[in-house]
Amino acid sequence: MSDNSSPTASTSSLQKRIKMPFTIRFEPLLKQPPKWYPTLISLLAIIVSLTLGGLVIAFAGGNPFQSYAHIARASFGNIGVISDTIVKATPLLLTGLACSIAFRMKLWNIGAEGQFIMGAFGASAVVLAPLLPAETSPWIFIPVMMIVGMGLGAFWGFIPGYLKAKLNVNEIITTLMLNYIAIAWVNFWIFAVWSEGGFQMSPKFPDNAWLPRLAGYADSIPLFRGLTTHMGFLIGILAAVVVWYIISHSRWGYEIRLIGDNPRAANYAGINITRNTIFVMMLSGALAGLGGMSEVTGVIHRLQTSPLAAGYGFTGIIVAWLAKLNPFVVIIVSVLFGALILAGREIQPSGVPKLIQGIILVCLIASDFLLRYRIRIIRTAEEA
Amino acid sequence: MENSNGLEKIKIINDQFSSEENVVEMRGIYKRFPGVIANDNVDFTLKHGEIHALLGENGAGKSTLMNVLAGLYKQDSGKILVHGRPVNFSSPRDAILAGIGMVHQHFMLVPSQSVTENILLGLENPKFHINLNEYHQQIEALGERFSLKVDPRAKIWQLSVGEQQRVELIKLLYRGAEVLIMDEPTAVLAPQEIEDLFDTLRSMVSEGKSVIFISHKLQEVSEIADRITVLRRGKVTASGLDAHNISRKELARQMVGRDVVFRLEKEPRTPGEVILEVKDIHADNDKGLPALDGVSLNVRAGEILGLAGVAGNGQRELAQVIAGMRKCKQGKVLMRGREISNRSARVGIQSGLAYVPEDRTHTGTSPNLSVTDNVIMKKYRQPPIARGWSIHMPTATHFAQELKQSYEIAVPTVETPVRLLSGGNLQRVILAREISGKPDLMIAVQPTRGLDVGAIEAVHHLLLDQRMAGTAILLISEELEELLSLSDRVAVIYEGKIMGEIIEEDLDTIGLMMTGTPLEQIRESERL
Repeated sequence: MSDNSSPTASTSSLQKRIKMPFTIRFEPLLKQPPKWYPTLISLLAIIVSLTLGGLVIAFAGGNPFQSYAHIARASFGNIGVISDTIVKATPLLLTGLACSIAFRMKLWNIGAEGQFIMGAFGASAVVLAPLLPAETSPWIFIPVMMIVGMGLGAFWGFIPGYLKAKLNVNEIITTLMLNYIAIAWVNFWIFAVWSEGGFQMSPKFPDNAWLPRLAGYADSIPLFRGLTTHMGFLIGILAAVVVWYIISHSRWGYEIRLIGDNPRAANYAGINITRNTIFVMMLSGALAGLGGMSEVTGVIHRLQTSPLAAGYGFTGIIVAWLAKLNPFVVIIVSVLFGALILAGREIQPSGVPKLIQGIILVCLIASDFLLRYRIRIIRTAEEA
Repeated sequence: MENSNGLEKIKIINDQFSSEENVVEMRGIYKRFPGVIANDNVDFTLKHGEIHALLGENGAGKSTLMNVLAGLYKQDSGKILVHGRPVNFSSPRDAILAGIGMVHQHFMLVPSQSVTENILLGLENPKFHINLNEYHQQIEALGERFSLKVDPRAKIWQLSVGEQQRVELIKLLYRGAEVLIMDEPTAVLAPQEIEDLFDTLRSMVSEGKSVIFISHKLQEVSEIADRITVLRRGKVTASGLDAHNISRKELARQMVGRDVVFRLEKEPRTPGEVILEVKDIHADNDKGLPALDGVSLNVRAGEILGLAGVAGNGQRELAQVIAGMRKCKQGKVLMRGREISNRSARVGIQSGLAYVPEDRTHTGTSPNLSVTDNVIMKKYRQPPIARGWSIHMPTATHFAQELKQSYEIAVPTVETPVRLLSGGNLQRVILAREISGKPDLMIAVQPTRGLDVGAIEAVHHLLLDQRMAGTAILLISEELEELLSLSDRVAVIYEGKIMGEIIEEDLDTIGLMMTGTPLEQIRESERL
């Protein structure tokens, strides 16, 4: 009750000081909006943000229409760039899924970056330690790398999950800090142990530890010549299906949704919140770790910090949020973000494309408000 | 305030009409919230230098009335006069300028800052530079004057709840409050702190302040107050009673009322075996203070045991202990002879316990999930809704649709999130879920609070049907009429102890038990 009446009280005292012809009031939207309404709002938000971005480009002396057309061409113009877009989208897809499952339970996992790097480290260790000899068949190599990568990612999620569940340590801080530990850990190995001739990178992996690429099938399908899209994207889509199934159709997913929406109701329904906190953080870490494994075995082909720690884990947070935590929408959003990253280089290495990313994000998150509230403009005279 | 000449004139006229000693006069205050009339034409007068208690059950409208006076809410209609002058507050700041300040149940202090800093917060002076030492001394002096001992240099988080309350009081006194409103000040205090608070209140009154004391505890009210006004369901049932010349029994009657509004057809039924046994339970509340002090009860199949009591005497905690959502320090809860206490809510659910919690929106349902998701809350682990690891959504949806029909839940589709449902419909969702589990034992806490008449009737019939079906029901309610018309037996709880258990409907006896007299004592005094 106090929620309802205190804002009105403060607006009216404001009016006394500044005489305004209108007052704007936000009222909670009590009826369920039609199904198309959220999509419409999101589209409007994108249009608004592209307009704002266009203004920025125009201000910088560019032609916004040409720039946008250029972005579109540079990322979707031909099959070659589409393939590159998908390569960029793959790590975002997996980190986006990792964040979306944790965020479903309102566990703010900011550590997908570190879990991603640990996943890459785990996969690399299989080759470099070596856990398997270099001549192992890819049929064994790749699954083992996946398992070890996911396992290390899950371990990196387990630490903050356990601390949160048992000691109520804020997971935002622990996951964030573990990111830096992960980078430092990998740096130690590539500087000291697996360094190739003193460079800050490991030797290249043998071919049978590479994820298969489309280009590898160019002999039978000539269209695939030079395409770098690798199996990681397929793994990502499979992961999206699995995540969707878990969230929407499994008992575990039901528990996750219930805890995320109302932990007290979950406790009332007899759900073990402690155990779920740990398990969800581990699943989230495993998905990010899978992303790291896919990046290191599909693109980089060696352990090296700089291309790995490129912020995929952080962008994954944005991807998950823009997709409203829906795993299928995560696929679409990650491809669009891959396109922006790729095309961004065509316009400017950094700067404007990141700015547009930022504007889109702010507009979309702000537009959420319209799904929960309606805005009423009231003439002051009417109220008095 | 621009037209000061006019105001002066009004003041002179008013001074002639209203008696000088009335500090505050509230006339015909009407305040409505969606679905509830919180204050219905309430009059209230505070005299200079008195402690005036505002007595009433939870939800009687006491806090609302005082929030209106303190400028937090705006009345829909009605007038407020301060020293005979009409005032119109639009914020607590306006109220404090007129000399009225309120100490809320939840303190509004910044934990990491010192007492002095908290007191100065939001004031015009000091402007930028703060000579804290100077203010420390001022505050110390103010505290001594009103026997409010607190170290101005201490950080808020280092202080006990009682000390924090003193800081709130000093804050108001520092701002020049003449009228101090205390909203249930003793609810958070230990007995010794209550004594200290009462000393403070008395010394403030002797310094010329006036105090409004909101409470639902009869004992305190008759100890501290000079006059008492009783509210019941938003209306004044007794106004300005002389606290020294009224019995607690009379006060209890004014507070709980005695008019039984509705009678229900209750078929006779012989209770079966004992389902629930509560043995000597001791437990703490959320603040870590003892809430239950040796409670023992038992409920048999096909019987409704009503638990009466003024809110905050341990009812909530008792329900939570039985449902496995709160640990008990001593004692046992047995269901069909099997111990279920200190385990988990899940053990209770699996042994056939249904629980209708007091808090519909925060505990009983998950607001953003659909009706379907909410009704399967206790069934998603077992077939047919569960199929191995997964949930069979068509079965779940079908189940939800059946419940929607048979319990007449007014909702467009079962996919609608329950936050969009009205209170009555939300309660139907909860009852549908709990009853459909065919429970052996049902704990219902305040199942009709805040519902309209039609919804109340529906809930009552559902409970009686459950009784006929052989469920053991523990009904916890503050509505005495409801308890008396539904229950086979009524037990009364007071400060975590059971005062006694009666079968016949005798409101006076229940009223006395609700205010802390054990049944044996009442029977003894009757015999004499």
